Amino acid sequence: MKVLVWVAEATWPACVDAVNELFADAEVTLLVALPGDLAARASGARSGLWGRGSGRDPSALMGELATEAGAALLAAATARLGRPAATELREGRVEREVSAAAAEADLLVLARDGDLSRLGPHSLDKHTRFVVDHAPCRVLLVWPGRAPALASIPPPPPR
Amino acid sequence: MSITGEVVAAVLLLAVLAFAVIRPAGLPEAVVAVPAAVIVVASGGIGLDEAVAESSQLLPVVGFLAAVLVLSELCARDGLFEWAGQFMARRSHGEPHRLLVLVFAVAATTTAVLSLDATVVLLTPVVFATAARVGVRPRPHVYACTHLANAGSLLLPVSNLTNLLAMTALGIGFAQFGLVMALPWLVVLVVEYLAFRWYFAGDLSVGSGAGEADGDAVPLPVFSASVLALTLVGFVAASFVHVEVAWVAAAGALVLAVRALRQRRITPAEVGTAINLPFLAFVISLGIVVRAVVDNGLADAMTHVVPSGDSLVALLAWAGIAAVLANVVNNLPAVLILLPLAVGGGVGPALAVLIGVNVGPNLTYVGSLATLLWRRIVHAHDHEAPLGEFTWLGLLSTPLAIVAAVLALWASLSLFGGAL
Repeated sequence: MKVLVWVAEATWPACVDAVNELFADAEVTLLVALPGDLAARASGARSGLWGRGSGRDPSALMGELATEAGAALLAAATARLGRPAATELREGRVEREVSAAAAEADLLVLARDGDLSRLGPHSLDKHTRFVVDHAPCRVLLVWPGRAPALASIPPPPPR
Repeated sequence: MSITGEVVAAVLLLAVLAFAVIRPAGLPEAVVAVPAAVIVVASGGIGLDEAVAESSQLLPVVGFLAAVLVLSELCARDGLFEWAGQFMARRSHGEPHRLLVLVFAVAATTTAVLSLDATVVLLTPVVFATAARVGVRPRPHVYACTHLANAGSLLLPVSNLTNLLAMTALGIGFAQFGLVMALPWLVVLVVEYLAFRWYFAGDLSVGSGAGEADGDAVPLPVFSASVLALTLVGFVAASFVHVEVAWVAAAGALVLAVRALRQRRITPAEVGTAINLPFLAFVISLGIVVRAVVDNGLADAMTHVVPSGDSLVALLAWAGIAAVLANVVNNLPAVLILLPLAVGGGVGPALAVLIGVNVGPNLTYVGSLATLLWRRIVHAHDHEAPLGEFTWLGLLSTPLAIVAAVLALWASLSLFGGAL
């Protein structure tokens, strides 16, 4: 079975642990998706300065830093997985890149990343919500850390 | 004042601005601005005496700017920003909310002390790297840097070129400027912070809890930091003994430059690049061309549009006009056009103009619609920030921040106005 793990900032260890626990024999691919707009944002702010600071464009440096950070994240995830895994680094609109990568997999593993204090729809941030809604394969959705108690669901509205 | 003179000057101004936005082949803005200034003078659009007077008024401003650009470049080479990144990483403990507060504090301080240029060019990549090291999503923190470069530039004359121009035009001191603008600056930071907490609630919700692994510690570059602190003290002192603050900035830059040159951490050519003479020539030339446009008829035409007096409503109107103009062209021409008119109304209107031209550019992420349109034409197939991503954040925070800052300015003027 081909398992794709979305390695997202802060929440990825829970995904790797879930794979180790449930799919110890699976063929694993670790995926980092880098947002493409941050460097563009920095370069835009730079162009607002006109000719000042013309020697440097922060977006070039940020592109390099992003690739380095992505590689470091993949290395950390591989180390936690503790066995060989394929790695993939994509750049663009994060939610679209993850959905596209999932087309090749049998199972996508990802973590909740919104309001983690209670059970409910807000426990998915917008990009994760997009991926869950559009995933072209089976999905395993894990809680980073312990799931909130059942009592965090509000009581049903009166009839 | 003449119709022909006005038309010639206006056409030249448009040419200068268009060239500055498009910058074909990356040529400096001065390539068109300097000849344009010469033509304006030669064609009688502005008298030679007036052109010289305008230039000599702008000279200390651009001198100050050059010194500050050198200061920030040398502080960066000495590792001050890496140290700031480490400071933020350690204090954040892997908590995105804590990191955002730290980024706000560091970005607002950097902008205030070393100007918005330093925040955009030098601090933004460091903040990005810091978020990655801490293991949290970088988006809110990077956006905070680009927003605070504009919104955090109200505090001191040195924070923004527009402030330097206003301080000179108003003839007020460095310390007095800071005293009156402290409250508006703080209010803008609070409004921006609340907007960020709301807009980026999702991105800020997941923390790694990891903090930073103890890697190689970056020591605080004590020498650079001390020179910077002494330069700031010098700015305040200079405003009481009536010494041109540009000299203080130049002294600070000189000390750091001599040390860096001796240690071979910078070459004389690189110091020259940091001073950026073409841009300084551009500012002076733009000042002359704008002066011709203003004197030949724009001032009279604008008197019907701009508010009179320094009531709260008038201040709000000034800030609004300034924000709109800054968003159409760029804040530099906007402030050059509006300042001569606003200064006539006193300190309040001129400072309200600054609020508009400094905070206003956050409406678009590139500082003006002209630049934005041009970039979208050029980068149509390239990676670009999604339009919605900055428009909503800008639309949310910018008008609120401007109105709140003007209210704060009004309160500040009634408290400290007597000190000016």
